[in-house]
Amino acid sequence: MLNLFINSMLIENMVFAFFFGMCSYIAVSKSVKTALGLGAAVTFVMVMTVPLNYLLNQYVLAPNALAEGVDLGFLSFILFIAVIAAFVQLVEMIVEKFSPSLYNQLGIFLPLIAVNCAIMGGSLFMQQMVGTEINNVGDSIVYGLGSGIGWWLAIVMMAAIREKIEYSHVPAALKGPGIAFIITGLMGIAFMIFSGIQL
Amino acid sequence: MKLSKNFTNPLAANNPVIVQILGICSALAVTVKLEPACVMGLSVIFVTAFSNLVMSLLRNGVPSRIRIIVQLVVIATLVIVVDQFLRAYMYDVSKQLSVYVGLIITNCIVMGRVEAFALGNKPWDAFVDGVANGIGYALILIIVAFFRELFGSGTLFGFDVLARFGYVNNSLMLFPPMALIIVGVIIWIHRSINKDLQEK
Repeated sequence: MLNLFINSMLIENMVFAFFFGMCSYIAVSKSVKTALGLGAAVTFVMVMTVPLNYLLNQYVLAPNALAEGVDLGFLSFILFIAVIAAFVQLVEMIVEKFSPSLYNQLGIFLPLIAVNCAIMGGSLFMQQMVGTEINNVGDSIVYGLGSGIGWWLAIVMMAAIREKIEYSHVPAALKGPGIAFIITGLMGIAFMIFSGIQL
Repeated sequence: MKLSKNFTNPLAANNPVIVQILGICSALAVTVKLEPACVMGLSVIFVTAFSNLVMSLLRNGVPSRIRIIVQLVVIATLVIVVDQFLRAYMYDVSKQLSVYVGLIITNCIVMGRVEAFALGNKPWDAFVDGVANGIGYALILIIVAFFRELFGSGTLFGFDVLARFGYVNNSLMLFPPMALIIVGVIIWIHRSINKDLQEK
């Protein structure tokens, strides 16, 4: 289980290994504070939706789960996205109620968590790992948590670097997204040192 | 005139990937080889075009409060069609693409174009806009895949190109970070040409 956690957080990091959630990653990583907020929201949504989708997968979608001879696997995309969209709506209402300032800062990116590939990708990878690394609800929670924290880590580091880069002389054409991509690539190379860790 | 401008704009000057920074999520992972990149590009063209068309037809009948859910259902249905088609006719490629076909649902380009264009325009305009944005996206995928396959495996579409000249494969190109760096360089070149896009 610890292995699964480390694996999903550092080795198969959502951003550096799979490019998941790049849209909001590039757009929101301008200040550390906003990045922290969005990262927390994404992690929360992942911890909740991956186990929910795991249960859905086991008891509804898997072959012979609902009735003998019925395989609803082709419905998984639409059911997963429905669960995620409903959940994001919930998070949006909670954030609006308890932290209006964060709500205003995140703006359009809060509802867009629903279409954040990291979350959908987490559920789809979970579905592929059923039977190998993920065998019960506990595993799926650990996987969701690990992936979420991995994404959180990536966006906060990126935001910190971009705050510093404000003061350096970047070629005009590279400013903004260009340099952000190259930095992410270099961070990804740095993260490759984690590959092969087994606990 | 307007139609052709709608078509050419997303290809270069207002490319969805390198200018609007939409839809990079997940897509870069299929750029290790040219073939899956082309298939992925075609799938995205299909989905953006038809989701734009369908949502444009429905635009007057859907209350704005529930439009996001309706969009997701339309997009997810189209992606399921693509996924089943690939599994039936191109099984090898569909294995290579694995979860990334499903992730077209969460590709920001699809949703972004529906929100920004299809909901306010006539069906035919929306369809053209969808096709053009899909092509603009596929272009970037293919450029990245071209360099990664050429320098990473020395091949193009699986045919030997560089290997016969004694080229030693640079396997770093096959690792994910290089895709990001290539996109960074594409943005760099693009913005050096289109100076008005540069950030102050």
